[in-house]
Amino acid sequence: MSTIEIAGLHKSFGRLEVLRGIDLAVEPGEVVCVIGPSGSGKSTLLRCVNLLEEPTAGTIRVAGVEVTDPDCDIDAVRRGIGMVFQQFNLFGHLTVRENVTIAQRRVLKRSRAEATRIATENLARVGLAEKADAYPAQLSGGQQQRVAIARALAMDPQLMLFDEPTSALDPELVGEVLAVMRGLAAEGMTMLVVTHEMAFAREVASRVVFMDGGVIVEQGPPATVFGNPAEERTREFLHRVLEPTRVSATEIGAPES
Amino acid sequence: MKLSRRRRQRVLRVAGYVVFGLAILAVVAAADWGRLSDAFFRSDVARSMFPEAITVALRNTILYTLLAFVFGLTLGLVLALMRLSSILPYRWFATAYIELFRGLPALLVLFMVGYGVPLAFPDREIPGGVYGSVTVGLGLTAAAYMAETLRAGIQAVPKGQLEAARTLGMSHPRAMVSIVLPQAFRIVIPPLTNEIILLTKDTSLVYVLGVTSTTIELTKFAGDALNTRVNPTPLVVAGLLYLVITLPLSQLVRGLERRAAKER
Repeated sequence: MSTIEIAGLHKSFGRLEVLRGIDLAVEPGEVVCVIGPSGSGKSTLLRCVNLLEEPTAGTIRVAGVEVTDPDCDIDAVRRGIGMVFQQFNLFGHLTVRENVTIAQRRVLKRSRAEATRIATENLARVGLAEKADAYPAQLSGGQQQRVAIARALAMDPQLMLFDEPTSALDPELVGEVLAVMRGLAAEGMTMLVVTHEMAFAREVASRVVFMDGGVIVEQGPPATVFGNPAEERTREFLHRVLEPTRVSATEIGAPES
Repeated sequence: MKLSRRRRQRVLRVAGYVVFGLAILAVVAAADWGRLSDAFFRSDVARSMFPEAITVALRNTILYTLLAFVFGLTLGLVLALMRLSSILPYRWFATAYIELFRGLPALLVLFMVGYGVPLAFPDREIPGGVYGSVTVGLGLTAAAYMAETLRAGIQAVPKGQLEAARTLGMSHPRAMVSIVLPQAFRIVIPPLTNEIILLTKDTSLVYVLGVTSTTIELTKFAGDALNTRVNPTPLVVAGLLYLVITLPLSQLVRGLERRAAKER
């Protein structure tokens, strides 16, 4: 059974059609990286998986449960899906430890002692055990994002969604977050990652999905998508992202200097 | 002599201090201190007001304020949540309530609760006597203001906070209670404290309900003393006692704001 099965997914915001028919399956243990230009619908696709956005049409199954079914207990499904946001979204009024324990206590009804033990384990996993008593505002962006990952992991998810987890970080802090994610991938976590970190996608992904204009343009092993893309749109995107200094004036419609 | 630009600025600054000092001196010199202290600072008059000024009047002022505040905050929170509800009639009701009670003078509402409602329903009464009437009479108006304050506070909490909570499997009500409202309350502490200070002063309207010697509050107490002693000192005493309430409140806000700044 696939961890995620998406079929015929459409999503519109008013008259703007952001997703125009997506079919995608993610198998257990896979790390799927979604790349593509801004506005291509990558984040919307991710947010549909745990129903932060309500699909306009199509079906989504997570571990066999159809989340698009109106009778689906979405809170129960979300418990099994960890999500990491671009803006971290740590709870500002709670300490790091409380950030990691609150959902365990309130949602999973774990005892304080057990929740604290699991929080400590997961904070250690992201290298932040000694920051348990700090408030989010006292941490760097990279540290906050690692806490956010620990917070999601503490719920024992079978799937992790990452929505541009390093895009809001200073360049020197990107590495520490990617290191945690690479560790997770190595442990066999099923991950769906929207990212602009091409090096990460090339190295860690089991499959790379290139989206543009609300559809999946092509997908395949990173070596193929990056090394020998089949589609012209993929090639152009990769050229602009990987060699930004070699984009010529004529490509963007400006007169040649 | 031509002064440099910087020196000229310094001279102007010093002149500012001098002008202020001279103005104070002029007022002090011109004042008739004997008459002032006979009128406003008669120690025998002041002394005759105690201990009732504190044990009864100040106590009741604080009690009325707290009762109206708790009632107003509770009702205000309900109204704020109704205003943000996805159910249209709830939004209509909350908006109508807020517009109505923000537009009416507190005194009129107090009259309505104290006299209007008992006239309409002579067989029933608001429990708690004057205390009950004050709680409702001042609380109804306060709720309208606090509802708007709380709504702004809730909306000031970034949307990602709710999303993160929902993503962790919390239900919407749970996420509101555990994540959004605690942060909203921290945001609105300063305006809410303003609300307490305003309420403290609005308790001076309570005398229209006909207070007795046990339910009297500061302003009426001072007014009575003014009448019996034919001397305005009681007004100064009452004024100072109001400050005893409001100044620590401002201090408290400053402390809480410092703490909140650390956590955000």
